[in-house]
Amino acid sequence: FFLFIYVVFLYFISSEERHLRANDREFNLSFKYANNAIKTSKYNVFTFLPLNLFEQFQRLANAYFVFLLILQLIPQISSLSWFTTVVPLLLVLSMTLAKDLSDDITRHKNDKQVNNRKVELLINGELKSEKWMNVQVGDIVKLENNEFVTADLLLLSSSEPLNLIYIETAELDGTLIKYTISILYISGEVRCEPPNNRLDKFTGTLTVGGETFSLDNERILLRGCTLRNSDWCFGLVVFGGPDTKLMQNSGKSIFKRTSIDHLMNFLVMFIFGFLAFMCTILSIGNGIWEYQEGNSFISFLPRADGANASLSAFLTFWSYVIILNTVVPISLYVSVEILRLGNSYFIDWDRKMYHVKSDTPAQARTTTLNEELGQIKYIFSDKTGTLTQNIMTFNRCSINGKSYGKSSKKKVDFSWNSLADPKFCFHDHKLVEVVKSGSPEVQAFFRLLALCHTVMPEEKTEGELFYQAQSPDEGALVTAARNFGFVFRSRTPETISLVEMGVPTTYELLAVLDFNNVRKRMSVIVRNPEGKLTLYCKGADTIIFERLHPLSSKLMEVTTEHLNEYAGEGLRTLALAYKDLDEDKFEEWKKRHHEASTSLEDREAKLDAIYEEIEKDLLLLGASAVEDKLQDGVPQTIEQLAKADIKIWVLTGDKQETAENIGYSCNMLREEMKEIFIVASNTAEEVREELVKKMSPESGDEPPIEKSRFLGKKSQVVEDEKVDGEYGLVINGHSLAFALQKDMQLELLRTACMCQTVICCRVTPLQKAQVVELVKKHKKAVTLAIGDGANDVSMIKTAHIGVGISGQEGMQAVLSSDFSFAQFRYLQRLLLVHGRWSYLRMCKFLRYFFYKNFTFTFVHFWYGFFCGFSAQTVYDEWFITLYNLVYTALPVIGLSLFDQDVNDRWSFQYPQLYAPGQLNQYFSKMAFARILLHSCYSSLILFFVPWAAMCDTVRDDGKDIADYQSFALLAQTCLLIAVSVQLGLDTYYWTAVNQFFLWGSLSVYFAVTFTMYSNGMYLIFTSSFPFIGTARNSLNQPNMWLTIFLTTILCILPVVAKRFLFIQLKPAINDKVRHKVRQAKAVPLPPPRKFPQRRISTRRSGYAFSHARGYGDLVTSGRFLRIPVKTRPALFPHTDTPVADSTPQTYRTIFEEAQSP
Amino acid sequence: MMASSYSAKEEDGHHSGSAGLGGAAIRTRKPDNTAFKQQRLPAWQPILTAGTVLPAFFIIGLIFIPIGIGLYVTSNNIKEFEIDYTGTDMSSPCFNCSQSFSWNSTTPCRCVLFFSLDQPFESNVFMYYGLSNFYQNHRRYVKSRDDSQLNGDERSLKEPSKECEPYRTNENKPIAPCGAIANSMFNDTLDLFYIDPNGTKTQIPLMKKGIAWWTDKHVKFRNPGGSNPNLTAVFIETAKPVNWRKPVYELDTDPENNGFINEDFIVWMRTAALPTFRKLYRIIQKKNNMAPTLPRGNYSLEVTYNYPVRSFEGRKRMILSAISWMGGKNPFLGIAYITVGSICFFLGVVLLFIHHKYGNRNNSSDIPN
Repeated sequence: FFLFIYVVFLYFISSEERHLRANDREFNLSFKYANNAIKTSKYNVFTFLPLNLFEQFQRLANAYFVFLLILQLIPQISSLSWFTTVVPLLLVLSMTLAKDLSDDITRHKNDKQVNNRKVELLINGELKSEKWMNVQVGDIVKLENNEFVTADLLLLSSSEPLNLIYIETAELDGTLIKYTISILYISGEVRCEPPNNRLDKFTGTLTVGGETFSLDNERILLRGCTLRNSDWCFGLVVFGGPDTKLMQNSGKSIFKRTSIDHLMNFLVMFIFGFLAFMCTILSIGNGIWEYQEGNSFISFLPRADGANASLSAFLTFWSYVIILNTVVPISLYVSVEILRLGNSYFIDWDRKMYHVKSDTPAQARTTTLNEELGQIKYIFSDKTGTLTQNIMTFNRCSINGKSYGKSSKKKVDFSWNSLADPKFCFHDHKLVEVVKSGSPEVQAFFRLLALCHTVMPEEKTEGELFYQAQSPDEGALVTAARNFGFVFRSRTPETISLVEMGVPTTYELLAVLDFNNVRKRMSVIVRNPEGKLTLYCKGADTIIFERLHPLSSKLMEVTTEHLNEYAGEGLRTLALAYKDLDEDKFEEWKKRHHEASTSLEDREAKLDAIYEEIEKDLLLLGASAVEDKLQDGVPQTIEQLAKADIKIWVLTGDKQETAENIGYSCNMLREEMKEIFIVASNTAEEVREELVKKMSPESGDEPPIEKSRFLGKKSQVVEDEKVDGEYGLVINGHSLAFALQKDMQLELLRTACMCQTVICCRVTPLQKAQVVELVKKHKKAVTLAIGDGANDVSMIKTAHIGVGISGQEGMQAVLSSDFSFAQFRYLQRLLLVHGRWSYLRMCKFLRYFFYKNFTFTFVHFWYGFFCGFSAQTVYDEWFITLYNLVYTALPVIGLSLFDQDVNDRWSFQYPQLYAPGQLNQYFSKMAFARILLHSCYSSLILFFVPWAAMCDTVRDDGKDIADYQSFALLAQTCLLIAVSVQLGLDTYYWTAVNQFFLWGSLSVYFAVTFTMYSNGMYLIFTSSFPFIGTARNSLNQPNMWLTIFLTTILCILPVVAKRFLFIQLKPAINDKVRHKVRQAKAVPLPPPRKFPQRRISTRRSGYAFSHARGYGDLVTSGRFLRIPVKTRPALFPHTDTPVADSTPQTYRTIFEEAQSP
Repeated sequence: MMASSYSAKEEDGHHSGSAGLGGAAIRTRKPDNTAFKQQRLPAWQPILTAGTVLPAFFIIGLIFIPIGIGLYVTSNNIKEFEIDYTGTDMSSPCFNCSQSFSWNSTTPCRCVLFFSLDQPFESNVFMYYGLSNFYQNHRRYVKSRDDSQLNGDERSLKEPSKECEPYRTNENKPIAPCGAIANSMFNDTLDLFYIDPNGTKTQIPLMKKGIAWWTDKHVKFRNPGGSNPNLTAVFIETAKPVNWRKPVYELDTDPENNGFINEDFIVWMRTAALPTFRKLYRIIQKKNNMAPTLPRGNYSLEVTYNYPVRSFEGRKRMILSAISWMGGKNPFLGIAYITVGSICFFLGVVLLFIHHKYGNRNNSSDIPN
């Protein structure tokens, strides 16, 4: 009984909780935890064939062909030999098989490589090198700098001071700092949660010698990260291999399909219906024929026992299903995949989307979405890191009423300062001279910048300083101070060490008055070596100005002027001030501060009040201005995309002012806009009022909605409305939360769609996704989301197409994206060139593919009326087998890989060329109907012209030529030449490859035909090649060639006439451009237009403090409280940065604000 | 299906470029600068302009109309004579034969038709029999044959293909040649007599060799037994087709035209594409350069009426035809070429008009920016 209890207990533990002992393999093995070997491969040698085939036959197309094959094996039904289906099916299966095989071999190789990596294990006090796959749960691992983290580890100790370590999370997030427990060798026991996929959470306890510590996420190193800037660390393996959070997270992602896919599915269903319709007509015809003619024809053509007209009709139905199956060709799916893959490779190979600096080529991570890139109507863009570089440069400053940094050509030489950062540039010599001359205000200014921040320094070798700044603009300020002679060298929790103009100086850090959204400022209180107490404060100008000593009022006026100037240039500004403190007063304040910070209730408010108390009567030093650099070419790209009628919405977590500012600097918001609506209300009613009233007050009624019901799915589509003049809309996260509610979202959408530009600021990742979803659902438009950070992942996954900027901020956005590249400006090439081409190619491909197969198939239909509806084929069976696979496969693939209406430069010259894709003009149900009619016409020509030409005709030596085999040969030759010429008409861009494919395929046709109809083939495979001699005997007849020529001309004549007529009367945009290209052949293309220089806006930009935690207040309001928010210790800012906090932007903030739970 | 899921390689991917701290030569990931990869392959980019389309229409028109006229004239010049001898009419001499029919009757029914040619046939004349409403292209019919057997394969001779059912075996003996096509072979005999103005009948010599394709005669159809001249012995184990009056080895006395390589048989076995068809029966060769092959005058056609078509309302015809470079008489191609040529020309004119009226305006108009 006790044993039973024990077993149950064990079971309970293993399912509910993980229990392990450090360095006790025997104990740990008893739980059968997974070791660190991973397996991402799907098959092994034995399971590959059965498993893969099983998977393949689950695909509808393959199953359909197996069904056909079964039909063909029934002799009463079989109208075609089995090989007509088996050969293509085998080809398709084996191609997929080969692809899956090579994929899986690659995975096996990768697995093997990863599993065989070496890592040092600490076993019984000795370091031993071991393969990754042999690492067990409970082992202690030693990692060295730049090594991958082996498994999910519990950090034990590190080489760095303060027991920090730095890691870079390749897949998950940016650079992070982690804490260790600083116990070098332990024999403790860990109890923790079972394996799960939550990256931001870890709970567990560690017991060492009777003492129990609680463990949280800060002490866990996840597999997939890399150790950076730290010499070594030790970690205890908690989860290994498949149990690691990384592997737990690598589930299947959502499979996106393009609108063409959906249309194709619909069409395939329609085609099935159409097939059934044709077969029904033919089988009814067969019934009638059998009844009227067949009965009397029995003496020549006896029926099988028991067969009558109705049975025959039934069997004929299935026979015709076999014959006419080519309307749903299996090769369609294969070809579509091939050409999408090809077009993806073109994206990968594009040098113009390769970023030299970061050595990053563009990457098509999903290869099945290309053509949708040519149909984008809405772009949702993140701001930071996407539009902007997330690089801050210290550009201007105003010190004691003097403005510095007006650009002069020459860079300032900082060689006098041995600790200066060589990458730093500044263009005003005066400032250096002033610093060198020892001006106290200027020195105080830079001293403040060197002291008042939360940057972590790192000095690997003497004089080589690196700053680990959590936000780039803070780093920019500290670097500026460093170059001007106030080098921030190191810090401990109690001190900050500077090198002031070459003199090492250590300040005692007494308090950090942290930043938050309300305070909009940050202060430090330090004691200098002489013992003087000073408070240094930096913050938003409005906030600082309120707290200035009256003495500074004059200086304030001058500085305000400077600030306005900087804001006009789109710079982010900060005001700097200081104050000397009394020892006594400070002591007293400190006591109360301690009380406040330890109080259990209302701590935030109390702390704020305490801070407020001391941050007053400040003396202004000046202001700094940091440029938030736009990425190269952003305004140009936005202008180009706008010309292509693509709407760009910016969804950012930033503050309204910052977002607006960027909107102006990248030309999305313009001075000449009629009005820019700003929706920033706090109640639902106000938001509704603002949305409805602001836009078109005269038509305040319901938005025009087109309601449709399709297959029981109700959908509402908001139609576009025309407005005169350009408008802009800026809406903040609070208002958006109300506006996204069910009853108001259509109003929002309507207003937003009438505006040229929409900027949503302070939105949460979830809201980003909701906005995308809203447009996706109610606009029936194709959306693209572009972003770089983890906070963009949700919208990248939601949008039809997700684009990741592979930048400095880690890889999570890229990993969930469909396309990735290094710079925002490549977006225009991706859409206007690659997308447009892909769409054009895909549509051409589909139109042509359906055309050639319908034409091919309909000839059978007409022939049915002349062969007693007996399901006799018109063509040779081999021709049926090879038509799609060999004779017409390569030319159409050539067309759909290389075709381009105009080249890339012209595509940029006329972004309007993009419009047909947005309007679905090249392939739609209408286009499909036209193809159907066209094929109908062509097949009539292709059947009846040979029919009439062969009727009662003989060869020039009197012998037979109207026989079935000659007729088949004639019909198939006519068909092949007619469709080839049609392909030629469709081809805009004749490369050598196209020529080769087209002529090659025709030659192959004749070569194969003559070979198969040769004596040798007949004598070897008598029953398979009964067409012996047909080619020789009939293709030498002038009659045949005259017929072929006639059918070809008749097939293309109406097409050419129609196209020419349209070009004359109603030319499409690309006809016009192509005409222009032709005209411009002699005259070279005009140089790319110069875009107007970025307008200097007179608008005051927001005095943005930094990347604020934009949506922090929203989260605290509880509306989107999805992610539990942690409180963090107030005084030291580096205590908490979760590995992959799903409330990401955290690592962007300079100042971690304390948050209420 | 290519959506991202974890692959071990990605663990590396991020660092392959940046972490090249090892000091090895840094390989950039810059794509190659080839015309193919950069999609800059040199290409010919034709567009439909008035300068190419309109001349093309006119040229096609100008080419097609003469060709059409030539074809039409050629076709019209081909002499052809056709006579229906089905015998559905009471008045027809073959009426009786057509009514009293049985496959197994041993006494052949004969009938004679008289006709006259208004114009002489100068060169070789080709004699055809034509059948209508005969579905030689019916799927079940077309496949009811065994090519291996016809190619002289011994095994197929004894064990014919299943496709031949129900004409595969008879009385437990394999049928040779098996199948519905062979079974329904046309077996009327047509003889042609010239009736002198003075009333004497002279039989016109009909050539029965050289009516089939060379490839059929020499490759596709071969007698079993190799070079064994004794066909009777070769076919001894087989049965004749049910409807046949005599076995396959008695089709002709000439060993070069007997058995499977009998040309009448070969011609029949080349099934027609359409339910109305004609097949070459005999060739009347021109004897000398002076006299026409078939002079003007009266003729009689003596038919040994064996082949029943009345049940399915078929018709039987005898056709005498001359031949030109474009084969037999068929005005279709000529008419079609003339029509298409005219349409092209007309379209050319219309398009030219439209181009002048509207084209310039549209093409010169600029593209709105």
